Amino acid sequence: MTDLARAAVPHSRPHRRSRRTPITWVRGGGLTTLIFLLPMLLLFGAFSWYPIARTVIMSLQHTNLVQPATWVGLDNFRTVLHDPLLPKAVENTAEFAGLALIFGYPIPLIAAVLMSEVRRFRGIYSALAYLPVVIPPVVAVLLWKTFYDANSTGVFNTILGWIHLGPYPWLQSQRTALPSLVLESTWANAGGTVIIYLAALTGVRRELYEAASVDGASLWRKVWHITLPQLRGVLLVTMILQIIGTAQVFLEPYLFTSGGPANSTLTVLLLIYNYAFGNSLGGDYGSATALSLMLAAFLAVFSLLYLRATRSWSTS
Amino acid sequence: MVAFPVPLRRRRERAVAEGQALITTADWHRPAVRWGIGSAQLLLLVGLVIVGLGPLLWLAKSAITPTTDTITHPMSLFPHGAAWSNLREAWSNVNVGRYFWNTIVIAFGSWLSQIVVATTAGFALSVLRPKYARILTALLLTTLFVPLVVLLVPLYVEIVHPPLIHHSFIDSYWAVWLPAGASAFNVVLMQRFFDNLPREIFEAARIDGAGPFRLFWSVVLPMSKPILGVVSVFAVLASWKDFLWPLLVITNPDRQPLSVRLPTIQSQTELGIFLAAMFIACLVPIAGFLIFQRSFLRGPGLSGAIKG
Repeated sequence: MTDLARAAVPHSRPHRRSRRTPITWVRGGGLTTLIFLLPMLLLFGAFSWYPIARTVIMSLQHTNLVQPATWVGLDNFRTVLHDPLLPKAVENTAEFAGLALIFGYPIPLIAAVLMSEVRRFRGIYSALAYLPVVIPPVVAVLLWKTFYDANSTGVFNTILGWIHLGPYPWLQSQRTALPSLVLESTWANAGGTVIIYLAALTGVRRELYEAASVDGASLWRKVWHITLPQLRGVLLVTMILQIIGTAQVFLEPYLFTSGGPANSTLTVLLLIYNYAFGNSLGGDYGSATALSLMLAAFLAVFSLLYLRATRSWSTS
Repeated sequence: MVAFPVPLRRRRERAVAEGQALITTADWHRPAVRWGIGSAQLLLLVGLVIVGLGPLLWLAKSAITPTTDTITHPMSLFPHGAAWSNLREAWSNVNVGRYFWNTIVIAFGSWLSQIVVATTAGFALSVLRPKYARILTALLLTTLFVPLVVLLVPLYVEIVHPPLIHHSFIDSYWAVWLPAGASAFNVVLMQRFFDNLPREIFEAARIDGAGPFRLFWSVVLPMSKPILGVVSVFAVLASWKDFLWPLLVITNPDRQPLSVRLPTIQSQTELGIFLAAMFIACLVPIAGFLIFQRSFLRGPGLSGAIKG
């Protein structure tokens, strides 16, 4: 470098070099920052980032924790895709998601719109709607399992007996088992959706209602032309969230029916669980991780949709 | 409890007083609207009582009803008197007391690890702001979109055969406590809250000679009580609800939490005692809900996760 150039930038190089020494880094608070970040780095590293990477590796290996792992390429994916139970599990999961949308989508919306117009005791309405969400899911499922008792003295069969219906087999028939699971799951989760809608309804601009009233719009027209369009973003978000949630349904089939009768309630997550932990002789962790990766890739599509929906929503 | 910023509270109060204005006061004076909407709302209330409260009331009733009565006449109210002994037997003979304690210990540890991680990381990323903060935040956010299923198997394998340490963590509560801390949602929530704290106060504290630790402990944490409360309530309840993970890693029945024991209790004891155990399992979450109702019904998930 020439003297001229050195003169032009008199102190920059030594200055920059001194900024990078460890001592100045510590003096500048770099170490303190790192100490504050340490709990997060350790726990996320060990229990989030590392296992995510490990999933990808394990899906390409054959491993059962006893013998050393061997690389098998895409064999695990092939095994899973050729498993005759997979189409059944996918079909059941899709049916669960579809039924959950039919049961659990319109009712919370109607309830929330009605509730937002309640002038007194609105707190009681929302508390009652949310109560089932608070109950531990295991308790909820096992309680409903008692309700679904197929005897004529079961709780639901007794109630339906008052109007001369039933007794129904509920969980014990291939035809009614899955809808029974969805019914419980809807009961357990609808309250959360109601609360989301209620919050979104407070964001509907009052001027729009006032303007519509001045123009003489009827109640129905106001709901149809103002409330619903204003809720569009939230409706999309709750739908995506519900699909992401129901695609991972596990507790209901596991505790209600263990996937039966005749695999009619076997879901994708239950299949993953069975691959990994269902066999007492040792888990097929390769197949389990391969299937979880495929499920995750599918869900990633919805997650991206969710990101887009929330982004456009927050800017609108 | 949670303090609302004033304008929000005022808006809430106005909204409560006048409804959401979908139905105007003029509308309310029309008999058709008054009766139509009024009866629809009453119907909704009755429906909510039956659907929301009904199952719980049935559980409470059956927890103190003799088993034979519950089996033969599930919907009658104490045809042959109450059986308070169900509760006592569940608590002592079926060991629900012990499982209840296990649940508390697990919930406390999970709460502590979540709070420590969320506050320190949130403070570092929001207040100290190192150059690599953006990269770390991005790494955190991506984990939000990885479904928990993906972690299940590798996490389990990691607990059984941890790398570096050759000692299985199966049956150790650390296997539940530590993974609970890796919740990106909490960190993001905390970070957002810290972002909204007034910077001038931090500057003033710095000028007065407070170092980062002092700033964290004596300035930022005391200002963050509302969000700490919300994160705590949700951390404890989430831990109370958890089933699959403790089922996998805590295999010793004496150390398992109540939720994991309930299916076994169902298969091993008579119905009345089992229902009493279920009732006991509900008490803490319901009490928590009634006390902290506001944070639930306002939903931190809304402001934090959905509105983005």
